Amino acid sequence: MSDIITLKGINKIYGTTVKTQVLYDVDLSFGEGTFSSIIGASGSGKSTLLNIIGTLDQPTSGEVSISGRNTREMDKNALAELRNRTIGFIFQFHYLLPEFTARENVLLPYRIHDVHPPKEARDWADELLNLVGLSKVANNRATNMSGGQQQRTAIARALVNRPRLILADEPTGNLDSDSTENIYDLLRNINARFGTTFIIVTHDQRIAEKTDRIVEVKDGKIHLDIIR
Amino acid sequence: MRLAFSIALRFLKSGKGQTLLIALGISVGVAVQVFIGSLIQGLQASLVNTTIGSSSQITIRSESDERTIPDWQRVVYEVKLASPDVRYVSPAISGSAFIEYEAGTEPILLRGFNLADSDPIYKYGAALYEGRLPERTDEVIIGRDLSEKTGIRPGDKAFILLPAGDAVRLTVSGLFDLNVQSLNRSWIITNLETAQNVLGLDKRVTTVEMQVATVFSADGMGARIAEVLSDEDLVVDNWKDLNRSLLSGLNGQSVSSLMIQVFVLIAVLLGIASVLAISVVQRSKQLGILKAMGIKDRDASLIFVFQGAMLGLLGGALGIGFGYGLLQMFTTFARNPDGTPVVPILINPGFIALSGLFALVSAMIASVIPARISSRLNPIEVIKNG
Ligand SMILES: Nc1ncnc2c1ncn2[C@@H]1O[C@H](COP(=O)(O)OP(=O)(O)O)[C@@H](O)[C@H]1O
Ligand SMILES: [Mg+2]
Repeated sequence: MSDIITLKGINKIYGTTVKTQVLYDVDLSFGEGTFSSIIGASGSGKSTLLNIIGTLDQPTSGEVSISGRNTREMDKNALAELRNRTIGFIFQFHYLLPEFTARENVLLPYRIHDVHPPKEARDWADELLNLVGLSKVANNRATNMSGGQQQRTAIARALVNRPRLILADEPTGNLDSDSTENIYDLLRNINARFGTTFIIVTHDQRIAEKTDRIVEVKDGKIHLDIIR
Repeated sequence: MRLAFSIALRFLKSGKGQTLLIALGISVGVAVQVFIGSLIQGLQASLVNTTIGSSSQITIRSESDERTIPDWQRVVYEVKLASPDVRYVSPAISGSAFIEYEAGTEPILLRGFNLADSDPIYKYGAALYEGRLPERTDEVIIGRDLSEKTGIRPGDKAFILLPAGDAVRLTVSGLFDLNVQSLNRSWIITNLETAQNVLGLDKRVTTVEMQVATVFSADGMGARIAEVLSDEDLVVDNWKDLNRSLLSGLNGQSVSSLMIQVFVLIAVLLGIASVLAISVVQRSKQLGILKAMGIKDRDASLIFVFQGAMLGLLGGALGIGFGYGLLQMFTTFARNPDGTPVVPILINPGFIALSGLFALVSAMIASVIPARISSRLNPIEVIKNG
């Protein structure tokens, strides 16, 4: 199986005068279509690692390759295009645009590369909304939905461009255990159906145990890497 | 349509109160501009019209010993050749003399015109309020004040004493009122032939007078005419050179009107800039997530340029509407007893459109800073800080 993500010697140091090193020589790769979790104590560097994988943050040194392309050699526009086409983000805070309806939010990543989505794309957005159980509230503004509904909208949004990689940072951090279970099942389902690679940062032990691989970060280093 | 445009539109729509408020702010600025500009332009046009609307704007006279122009037909021909912008041109004669009446004598100015050609310049046809224009030789018309002073009425004879000592009797055929006291008191108007006879000018005239289509270029045109004229003795005067103080007054007025407009524009610009700057901060979360999802920096900044442009357009259109309404109200309701508007307002569509355009341009300039903030915003800041 080929790797979609390869990290080589990643160091991350914050600050210029007072330097805080958050990641130390991280080497890590993720195979295409895998379903992995990153766990670790709060402040251990999980989010930093995920943001570096997603090209939102840059490592102080080291290389990030996505689908074999070295991201250091890409300019801002190329990275934006890569994120738009290849990566779907699910954040702990849903970050929907409150000015848009659920359906419009789901279509936004599509409209970034094609402002007028064709019928197939619109149908696909509706199918995703259906998949996350939101057909009924598809025309609601983000502000008129519950926290769980908003998070599921964000999941549908992350999927609309059929990305090969989904990066989720504590996607269920704000939800109760029922919703958490639901969303986990949903992600698993999508992984099985579309072969999408998932990297999920979580502090929820139960969720981590259901993934195929658990990477534990401790003090900025890979402490454990369990593949099952 | 770009995504940035539709996001901008949605941002504006979802903050309707804010959008409307800033659009109103812009529109007040534009309305003030339109109103003040039209007012000043109207005042100036009316002032210029009173000053030179019924007189010669470019005058050719001779500096030869006789102070006369022998071949005026040639001069007229050359004038028309020099400048297609000349609207009316007429040969004219001026000669000082005295009128004698029962109670004494009064200085007068005998003016001979090619009546048909010069009427559009002086409009004495319209100023005639009694009797008729001179038709036969030896017929003249005199002004209201002269008639009142001397008691001479249409049908009476006027006794004219010439500087050389000769005297002639001319028949008054009508009375005019040119609305200028000095003319009404001193001018005696007749045709060329009569004036030539009385003043002993043969076939010569003393001036060639004209009005031009664009009055403010009269100086340049005068210079061009001076170049073309073949008679070396002729000099060309234009109204601008003769009315320096009026012109500098007009200039001062224009400058202060311009200053007002510039400051209004700056106020509009600052207003838009501050609203957009607040908006970009309010929307930093949205921008951060859009950037994480792959919107390019250029499009992220265009969102605010489009917002600025739409605010400018909306405010500009509203402002033109308000300004125009204000002007209409002023011209309709603020009237003198005789029905003429109190404030002569010039509604100049070009100027009004320009005011709207300025609003649009300043709105877009105002969006530059928020657009830069938006372009530079790093998604990681937003995503980390919740
Ligand atoms: N911009 C920053 N400047 C300095 N330190 C930072 C910055 N961002 C994160 N950190 C520090 O880096 C460490 C790892 O943060 P993070 O990756 O968010 O951890 P986690 O997601 O595992 O809780 C924390 O100690 C945090 O305080
Ligand atoms: Mg974190």
